Amino acid sequence: MTQLSNEDIDLLRDSARRFFSEQMPVSAMRKIRDDKHEQGFDPEMWRGMSGMGWSAILIPEENGGLDLGHHSMGIVLEESGRTLAASPLMSTAVLGATLIQSLNGSTQKAPYLESIAAGDLVVALAVDENRRHRPHDIRTTGIQSAAGQNSDAFVLNGRKTFVLDGHVADRLLVLARTAGTDDDELGLTLFDIDPKREGVTITRTHMVDGRNAANITFTDVVCQPTDILGKKDHAFASIERSLDTARVCLAAEMLGAMSEAFERTMDYLRLRTQFDVPIGSFQALKHRAAVMFCEIELTRSAIYCALTSMDDGSDTSPKLASLAKAKASSTFELVSNEAVQMHGGIGMTDDEEIGLFLKRARVAQQTFGDVDFHRDRYARLCGF
Amino acid sequence: MDNDEEKLFRVETRTWLEENCPASMRTPMPEEERVWGGRNPEFKNPEAKIWLERMVQRGWTVPSWPKKYGGGGLDQAEARIVDEEMRRLNCRAPLFSFGIWMLGPVLLELASEAQRLEYLPRIARGEIRWCQGYSEPGAGSDLAALQTKAEDRGDHYLVNGQKIWTSYANQADWIFCLVRTETSLKHGGISFLLFDMSSPGVETRPIKLISGSSVFCETFFTDVEVPKGNLVGEVNGGWQIAKALLSHERQAISQMGARGAGRLPSTEDMVRGYLDTPTGEIQDREKRAALASLLMDDEAFAYTCSRTAAEKNGAALASMLKYYGTEQNKRKFELLMKCAGTDGLGWEGEEFVDDDLELCRHWLRSKGNSIEGGTSEVQLNVIAKRVLGLPD
Repeated sequence: MTQLSNEDIDLLRDSARRFFSEQMPVSAMRKIRDDKHEQGFDPEMWRGMSGMGWSAILIPEENGGLDLGHHSMGIVLEESGRTLAASPLMSTAVLGATLIQSLNGSTQKAPYLESIAAGDLVVALAVDENRRHRPHDIRTTGIQSAAGQNSDAFVLNGRKTFVLDGHVADRLLVLARTAGTDDDELGLTLFDIDPKREGVTITRTHMVDGRNAANITFTDVVCQPTDILGKKDHAFASIERSLDTARVCLAAEMLGAMSEAFERTMDYLRLRTQFDVPIGSFQALKHRAAVMFCEIELTRSAIYCALTSMDDGSDTSPKLASLAKAKASSTFELVSNEAVQMHGGIGMTDDEEIGLFLKRARVAQQTFGDVDFHRDRYARLCGF
Repeated sequence: MDNDEEKLFRVETRTWLEENCPASMRTPMPEEERVWGGRNPEFKNPEAKIWLERMVQRGWTVPSWPKKYGGGGLDQAEARIVDEEMRRLNCRAPLFSFGIWMLGPVLLELASEAQRLEYLPRIARGEIRWCQGYSEPGAGSDLAALQTKAEDRGDHYLVNGQKIWTSYANQADWIFCLVRTETSLKHGGISFLLFDMSSPGVETRPIKLISGSSVFCETFFTDVEVPKGNLVGEVNGGWQIAKALLSHERQAISQMGARGAGRLPSTEDMVRGYLDTPTGEIQDREKRAALASLLMDDEAFAYTCSRTAAEKNGAALASMLKYYGTEQNKRKFELLMKCAGTDGLGWEGEEFVDDDLELCRHWLRSKGNSIEGGTSEVQLNVIAKRVLGLPD
């Protein structure tokens, strides 16, 4: 990995901030929502982002990537959060890129990495099956037919939900149970499937934050052993590692979004006058603002620490990932709620942008595990 | 991550500590074994004296102070390494000292060279035990309302008035004290004086707290004569010094959770003990979740302390650390009390084990953390004003 100097990190942050504020302001996100945009993100902007190299950050140089590490990825996502910018960064540049690397035993999928780095391929990971994130609890089955019937093919049946970018992906990465029972971590296999394959039905969902996810059903979808990414039955460790990367990167995006919502709210407190004084002079609001500031700073520390530990390949990364995602979720909840409350009536209007941050907060909180999920996981990783 | 020089320094530090830190100085420290130094230092544990002398010799009671003032002359990275290596070996702090935590840093910054040379080496060696004369009965959160008067009497000041919440005033050798040298201005009439607590006219009276301890005192000054050379900074310029010192105090208090629980076991071990779950998963879901939340915030807070130490953002961040650290410490003891049930409710006597009695006293004492050194509400005001720029 190429370790960026502090100056280079600052440059990366500056260029990301400029790109998102100029090219993808909150109003662009609103337009995508209002137009019920077919793709749910602007492909031209995605090309722009790949042009900046951001789809290649987590990809090794020999696969056409930049290999700049998690910290750099986190900085770009943090800045994207400030304008609520929607793009396949999370589905493809984070989840897709890391999964394909870690499960790619042979080099058969290497062309995928090059295409992702170049911004030419969108992939979607299909894990969740229920209203809550439980990545080990997989009911979608991949049953290998009896010998002699249909060579050694697998037949996939099940339903996936909340698949980010699932309706526009060029490839679907589907986690299915090929052995074991409901809660086993062993027996999970990742299949790489063309979304157009027979038996795959994709239904796009319009989420409250204006972004996309998809529900996908698999009905007797035939897969060959060559469709397996990595080793049969042994996908879970890689899935967890990639999910952890995604959790921390999403937490970084949430950090950007909550910082923006907080700063906008502070601006409002300084400007809005009632009883002939700025409402920010009221101690009832000052104290709540200061508490939010402290929580955001703790959240920031946890996230930066988690990103660094991932770059160092530290054993504590899973624990730190849960800490970062839990802290980001609870703080974004606090900040987004207070932001609307402190904006008063105007905060309830669709015209004012602050409500979009509240909506994004709730979707992001649920994505890749909510506070309860990560608190439980943190406790387990601590050994209690 | 250490660079090559730092790696070498870390190895040297580790070796030196392993060779020089006595065995009993690597065990959790009961409160009564704390070494406060002073004119009549007390060493309940003889190895504490050896440990202090060795650390003084090396300048490591104050690793980052310049050598000419008795420090170790270390840069920020080296001082951090000493701190980390001491933690790794569980080395006790060789010296507890308001001189080191509060007064020293402002003397380094704002005192005359003569004053620095006079006081700092003695602070580094633990020869003067200091107390802090700030709050008064009528000047708590509104500290600048203080009334203790220092009259200019030509070659000396004549000090009259009363301080309160003066920690360890009855055991201190010297006091750093805010006094009023001008009555027509509020903040602009305050000066910063150092004087000997054995001066005629100084009287102290301990105050018993809800926790049963009495480290705070009322302190009375009646015609105390203080030489003029003991004034630090400008006459009537004491408020700036007072604030600078407060931010050092706030940083010190914010660390109390990490530094100050005496010999109590870790929070997780205590919770496990009270819930009768020595190993494995804690079955009480609510307590388990509460413990996880607490430890997660502890961890995020610890990272915030090291991140902001590197960022050097000054007084406003000290307020954040003080606010969060003390509130977090209170949450910890509330959780422990809930887990302890009636075992935590003993005041004294043989029917209760020492740890449980101590828990109850710590729980009560923790309530003061968010009051002393500026209340939580004052800290939030400082953040709102200095960081967030919210209007008055």
